[in-house]
Amino acid sequence: MEKAVQYEVSEGIARLTFNRSDKLNSFNEQMHTEMLLALKDANKNPDVRCLIITGNGRAFSAGEDLDGVTEDMDHGEVIRKRYAPVMIQLSKMKMPVIAAVNGIAAGSGFSLALACDFRLMHEKAKLVQAFIHVGLIPDSGNLYYLPKLIGHAKALELALFGEKINASQALDLGLATRVVAGENWHDEVNQFADRLALMPTKAVGIIKQQLQKSWEYPLEEFLDCESFSQRIAGLTSDHQEGVKAFREKRLPEFKGN
Amino acid sequence: MNKQASFIITAVENGIGMITLNRPKVLNAINTAMVGQIVQAMEQFDRNEHVKVIVLQGTGRAFAAGADIDEMLEKNTIELELLNQFEDWDRITWVKKPIIGAVQGFALGGGFELALCCDMLLAADDAEFGFPEVGLGIMPGAGGTQRLTKLIGKTNAMKWLLTGQRFSAKQALDYGIVNSLLPAELLSEETMKLAKTISEMPPLSLRLIKEAVHKAVDLPLSEGMHAERKNFYLLFSSEDQKEGMCAFKEKRKPVFKGI
Repeated sequence: MEKAVQYEVSEGIARLTFNRSDKLNSFNEQMHTEMLLALKDANKNPDVRCLIITGNGRAFSAGEDLDGVTEDMDHGEVIRKRYAPVMIQLSKMKMPVIAAVNGIAAGSGFSLALACDFRLMHEKAKLVQAFIHVGLIPDSGNLYYLPKLIGHAKALELALFGEKINASQALDLGLATRVVAGENWHDEVNQFADRLALMPTKAVGIIKQQLQKSWEYPLEEFLDCESFSQRIAGLTSDHQEGVKAFREKRLPEFKGN
Repeated sequence: MNKQASFIITAVENGIGMITLNRPKVLNAINTAMVGQIVQAMEQFDRNEHVKVIVLQGTGRAFAAGADIDEMLEKNTIELELLNQFEDWDRITWVKKPIIGAVQGFALGGGFELALCCDMLLAADDAEFGFPEVGLGIMPGAGGTQRLTKLIGKTNAMKWLLTGQRFSAKQALDYGIVNSLLPAELLSEETMKLAKTISEMPPLSLRLIKEAVHKAVDLPLSEGMHAERKNFYLLFSSEDQKEGMCAFKEKRKPVFKGI
């Protein structure tokens, strides 16, 4: 059986590519299983200092594969068994995660992009909050991440009206990190990833966690976590290297730990 | 002082008696011999005047993930009665010095029961707890049903014991099973800080406080109060009580001797 998710690691960068282009990279059980395995592998691999998630073909991902949707389907179970484990694993990634949105990201494909740290959008890509059109609610953490990214009012507007958002609108809303012209797509995505992969990855991972905690903890507990986090960062060899490079007036060479 | 035993490693440092479970290849699965070694080490620490507090920790991916299934598979009722393997566990209850457990990774089945034998628990934020025994057609036998219920109440204990599901460190914190959560990288360091703080307290107070708290768990209030009062009076026979109170009055740091 052909892989629904291609996964490779090279030069500090893991690439996770949806490979169901004939189905617009829509999610089925196989794709979730393979994606979860790839994410877990990337998180365990100290060589991985940046992760790119993208799709083969025209789409990033069109969301749930409607071929699998039946009348007696328990939507809650689909989320619990297939989507939630992937979203939770994504939230635990220790390295920066880029959604390279090469084409349409609809439904849970949009949700997935929201759960990534950065969204690079191909100029022709679109984001679609498709759920409302079939009488469902935005799932896979969509309504968790969306208001944090663009505010409550805009999140509600998108969720209720479900209008297509093109790349430049996404940039204005703050949903897209960057919009990339078609001819530069691969180069720009790679350059962006390369830059992240040279960073002090341990500190990057802790920054991600700590930012997340800012939503979850009152100030006192947040500062408590911060002291632990800074202790851990202070123990990294990248910290030593950074200080050394600063004193020696040269660029640091971070190893990621 | 370092001693390499087969299933545990022990050490004494700055008033702290360390016990490290050391079967990382089997996620520190607990067997009868290991429990025997743990209890023996604790009892030695209990009699060692250089040890003020005991720390129990795992290694690798687990604090301790369950018991050795192979060891139990073929056992019958009479063999178990005669073996009386849980007697060693009971002896942990009699250890007088405070025991701090540091849980990273899995604390499952017998491993969770061992954690529940500790007086305080610190956990890495990725720790997972649970009693999977029900799925094996058995049940916890080293205090799991009793200690978990006393800690988190009947309703919650039933859920985890009857489903065998695991729960997260965060849930363990919310239930009050663990004192605090720490990043895994700092669990050991922070455990030692807590152990150091306690080790600097007067040992007789530690001893009698621990005893009184245990009474509170086991006895009706009136009897617990009685026990507390006796212990309170008892401390007034100690030199450390005089030293502690005088130092407070004289606004200086007390120097405790443990007598």
